[in-house]
Amino acid sequence: MEHYTMNLNLQVWRQKNKQDKGHFDTYQVSNISSEMSFLEMIDVLNERLIREGSDPIAFDHDCREGICGMCSMYINGKPHGPWEGTTTCQLHMRAFRDGDTIVVEPWRAKAFPVIKDLMVDRSAFDRIIQSGGYISVNTGNAVDGNSIPVEKEKADASFAAAMCIGCGACVAACKNSSAMLFVSAKVSHLALLPQGSPERKTRVLDMMAQMDKEGFGSCTNTGACEAVCPKEISITNIARLNAEYISAGLTEDK
Amino acid sequence: MLNSKIPPGVLDQKWSDYKGHVKLVNPSNKRKLEIIIVGTGLAGASAAASLGELGYKVKAFCFQDSPRRAHSIAAQGGINAAKNYQNDGDSVFRLFYDTIKGGDYRARESNVHRLAEVSTNIIDQCVAQGVPFAREYGGLLSNRSFGGTQVQRTFYAAGQTGQQLLIGAYQALERQVALGNVKMYSRHEMLDVVVIDGKARGIIARNLVSGELERHFGHAVLLCTGGYGNVFYLSTNAMGSNVTAAWKAHKKGAYFGNPCFTQIHPTCIPVSGDHQSKLTLMSESLRNDGRIWVPKKQHDTRKANEIPEEERDYYLERRYPAFGNLVPRDVASRAAKERCDAGYGVGSSRQAVYLDYASAIDRYGRIECGKHGLENPSAQEVRQHGVEVVKEKYGNLFDMYEKITGENPYELPMRIYPAVHYTMGGLWVDYELMTTVPGLYALGEANFSDHGANRLGASALMQGLADGYFVIPYTIGNYLADEIRTASIETSHPAFEAAEKEVADRIHTLKNINGTQTVESFHKRLGKIMWDKCGMARNEEGLKTAIEEIRQLKAEFWRDVKVPGGIMEMNPELDKANRVADFIELGELMCLDALTRKESCGGHFREEMQTEEGEAKRDDENFCFVSAWELKGEGNWELHKEPLVFEVAHPSQRSYK
Amino acid sequence: MKWSEFFTSSVGKKFIMGLTGITLILFLVVHAGLNACIFATLLDENDHGEMFNKAAHFMGSNVIPRLLEIGLFLGIFLHIIQGLVLEFQNRSKRGISYKVNYGNRGSKWYSRSMGLLGTILLIFLILHWVQFWIPSRFTGMEEVTIDGKQVHDLFGLMKTTFEEPWVVLVYVLACISLAYHLLHGFQSAFRTLGLRSNRYLRIVKGLGIAFSILIPLVFALMPISMHFHWVG
Repeated sequence: MEHYTMNLNLQVWRQKNKQDKGHFDTYQVSNISSEMSFLEMIDVLNERLIREGSDPIAFDHDCREGICGMCSMYINGKPHGPWEGTTTCQLHMRAFRDGDTIVVEPWRAKAFPVIKDLMVDRSAFDRIIQSGGYISVNTGNAVDGNSIPVEKEKADASFAAAMCIGCGACVAACKNSSAMLFVSAKVSHLALLPQGSPERKTRVLDMMAQMDKEGFGSCTNTGACEAVCPKEISITNIARLNAEYISAGLTEDK
Repeated sequence: MLNSKIPPGVLDQKWSDYKGHVKLVNPSNKRKLEIIIVGTGLAGASAAASLGELGYKVKAFCFQDSPRRAHSIAAQGGINAAKNYQNDGDSVFRLFYDTIKGGDYRARESNVHRLAEVSTNIIDQCVAQGVPFAREYGGLLSNRSFGGTQVQRTFYAAGQTGQQLLIGAYQALERQVALGNVKMYSRHEMLDVVVIDGKARGIIARNLVSGELERHFGHAVLLCTGGYGNVFYLSTNAMGSNVTAAWKAHKKGAYFGNPCFTQIHPTCIPVSGDHQSKLTLMSESLRNDGRIWVPKKQHDTRKANEIPEEERDYYLERRYPAFGNLVPRDVASRAAKERCDAGYGVGSSRQAVYLDYASAIDRYGRIECGKHGLENPSAQEVRQHGVEVVKEKYGNLFDMYEKITGENPYELPMRIYPAVHYTMGGLWVDYELMTTVPGLYALGEANFSDHGANRLGASALMQGLADGYFVIPYTIGNYLADEIRTASIETSHPAFEAAEKEVADRIHTLKNINGTQTVESFHKRLGKIMWDKCGMARNEEGLKTAIEEIRQLKAEFWRDVKVPGGIMEMNPELDKANRVADFIELGELMCLDALTRKESCGGHFREEMQTEEGEAKRDDENFCFVSAWELKGEGNWELHKEPLVFEVAHPSQRSYK
Repeated sequence: MKWSEFFTSSVGKKFIMGLTGITLILFLVVHAGLNACIFATLLDENDHGEMFNKAAHFMGSNVIPRLLEIGLFLGIFLHIIQGLVLEFQNRSKRGISYKVNYGNRGSKWYSRSMGLLGTILLIFLILHWVQFWIPSRFTGMEEVTIDGKQVHDLFGLMKTTFEEPWVVLVYVLACISLAYHLLHGFQSAFRTLGLRSNRYLRIVKGLGIAFSILIPLVFALMPISMHFHWVG
């Protein structure tokens, strides 16, 4: 791999707090190594901003290895930037060329209000989980792990849905700002397992009600969510959620 | 005098005896008792969920935007449990014994045995919660061997076991939030413990969004705040992982146990330049098939594939013919460092060794060709089949490597280097997980208790969940049973006022230094001192210098740090300044501990204490104890020793030759 | 759960869209099949639109199609109203829009433009009703005698209507809109109703593509062939 350095023109959304209107600022960054990660490039810029006496760019990040789901930048029109199946923190600068202009925006959705600069409030996701994204089992109630056999194919499909990192890229990419991929991943994860079946109906109904309440849009099956998902969660989960919801909604006797 | 409160009796009866006699709190009293939990990783989330289920009033805090982000999520390999589902001779005793031995005989027997006992309950609990563990075609749970153990006792969910377990605990926690038993405070950072009449009674937390300081009362405070690997600046920890909560507790009287015990993981992606912000671990399973080598010639600048076979030094296979590339983590890490320091390192930084899959690809390729009935296959056919097998087994790790480095590991050997990964040390706790401050507990990686001087693979997840799900719900009752007559203390109490003022003053001081150097630059310098002098190998002279350097760094920090932005707003630089200030103080204590422990054990390697062959030399006669450090004043600590008694697992020297 | 809760939830709303969509897809088959009777003149020189007019008369006079028509209109209006409501609701969820859009990199333009395509179709429908349906049902039109029965000369009306080039153009544009609307709508309706098996989805996708090309093509050929006097 040949390494190179580059100069870039960054346009970054700056917003002091929730109330502030916000605007784009332009920054020239030079001598960026192709070996850096995207966030390290922002680190370099921030160090410079601090030394110059201005406010560094605030952004969410934590594990920097693509699993915690905290990082959340909308880079050149795509959540998490140009690579497939990648979080912002895994994106490296070799994805860019010398002289490129990079526009960095926060996730945009009314349900994800901006806290500062590129940080958004994703607590709506926590509230959706609170509404039913669990199996009600108190500590100590469990039977032996092997007393509940699970068909391997279903266990694998359940795991594939459970890989969701709750980053919100699906909402950011969806033209309707819908959280259906997120909700469907959780519904599928639990609906595919026998342990999840006692609460199967109420779970999907309650989680969807909460999603609507939080102000996310509805799904129109465009597939943009699947295309940006850093964990490549399949849109098939949304169809499964639909089936779960419709059958629960039509058969629940209350 | 340290009282570890180890229950009397034979080892394998201690925990059940304890549970049978521990004091209980009746349900109507539980409703009146408030518990504060700081940190929502495996230990914190599982504790918050379990205590909420029991009926306590719980308040949980995390600095991330959601409890689901805690760094437990990044654990890859798996979780151990003595289920013996594979019928290969595993048992509670074996798990206990392996853990004690792996920890180089520096852990408490009673705690480790309890850990091994509850390990089986953890798996059951997680399965019931819907954790999608890997399964066999028959629908039953699958196991793999991990970290060189002789039995298959590791449960896993592909390479994302930590994520799946954390999500399980997080869901249980959110359920309790929905039921009103737990109140969750995310984007909050604990900045002090409030101690009233010698007991922990609450915390001061900063709302990271608004910058406000908040006071929270609790009858007990649980710190589940993880490890302090970020003292090295570069580590596999998350960017936000910090020691602040534990350090504040230490300042309020909690002793710090074995601070110098740090685990350095051998298979991480090496540093690529000064800009590097963190390191990424690749599962240790890669050593099962990969061969580690460096060039035989010093300062060799040729590319890996230009170096002929006979000029390669497979140094682990050479030094440890019995275990070869599968020696334990500490041994493999030190050997890599030794080669690089001697000038044999590879890559542009010369701080890396090769992990080569060429021979594995060839070996698997030949086997596959045999299976397909190909006689005299061409080199290309062999390679093609071999690559397929390797992809199947390690594909996700190879992809991760390629994403970060841009190099194709199927074509070129991977470059790896050891990195700080886990800290076995932490707040000293007794058998009940209580620190030396009554009512203040430490769970998970934040305490020192179960791993001794070196942690075995797939044991961190086990310990975090054991503490949260199955230990604290029992042991906390023993304390709270006597607290039922303590009414909630108003947060206007002078102790809260004083603690808040102290925190506010410190924040103002930090903000108003208005110096010239960034927080990050101090953190980097601290990391370099720690890595060079208190890292994989330590010696008296280096540690003494390090202490001096850290003291100077501390003075410079408080004179010249620059914190931008305001106080009453979201200010990540201010948060970081607070954390780095604590890391600097911790660094000094780690060096002091390393200096005092004049033996080599587990992750702690004193260069003066090695065998003729360069292996670690433990000194059971003089150092078979836990170092518990009490802070006496700035830069002044007193050492308390908790002697370790081995009644069942008798110490022996580890050998991998 | 109350019915109202079900149908006002985001899945419930989509459920209505999907169900009515599939109803309309079925209607399109009937409509296209019936209209294709105009091509009978290609096979039989003496037809002069008789077969088509007879079929149209049957649809207009028999009680079963008339009852179905009521259902159809309910479906159409539900589809339109719900579609517009969803479109506006969904559009309101973003707040500040992006400076750079994701655009066609992650989804097809027509899947994001169902509201626009649907609105074009609605405008077309109004024109279509004014031109054919209202005269036939309410305001009256010229009649011919077939087998001793007086029936509406819809065939004749088509011939005169499609003399105008702009009408032909509007109809063809509407057919193109319909094609793209179906290209997304066909398979999306099945997903919305919960079809998730990949085996079946592959079939639905294939059927959907074939349907989205065939049906609009058949429709588009009518004004074109009338205009150029290929039939008649």
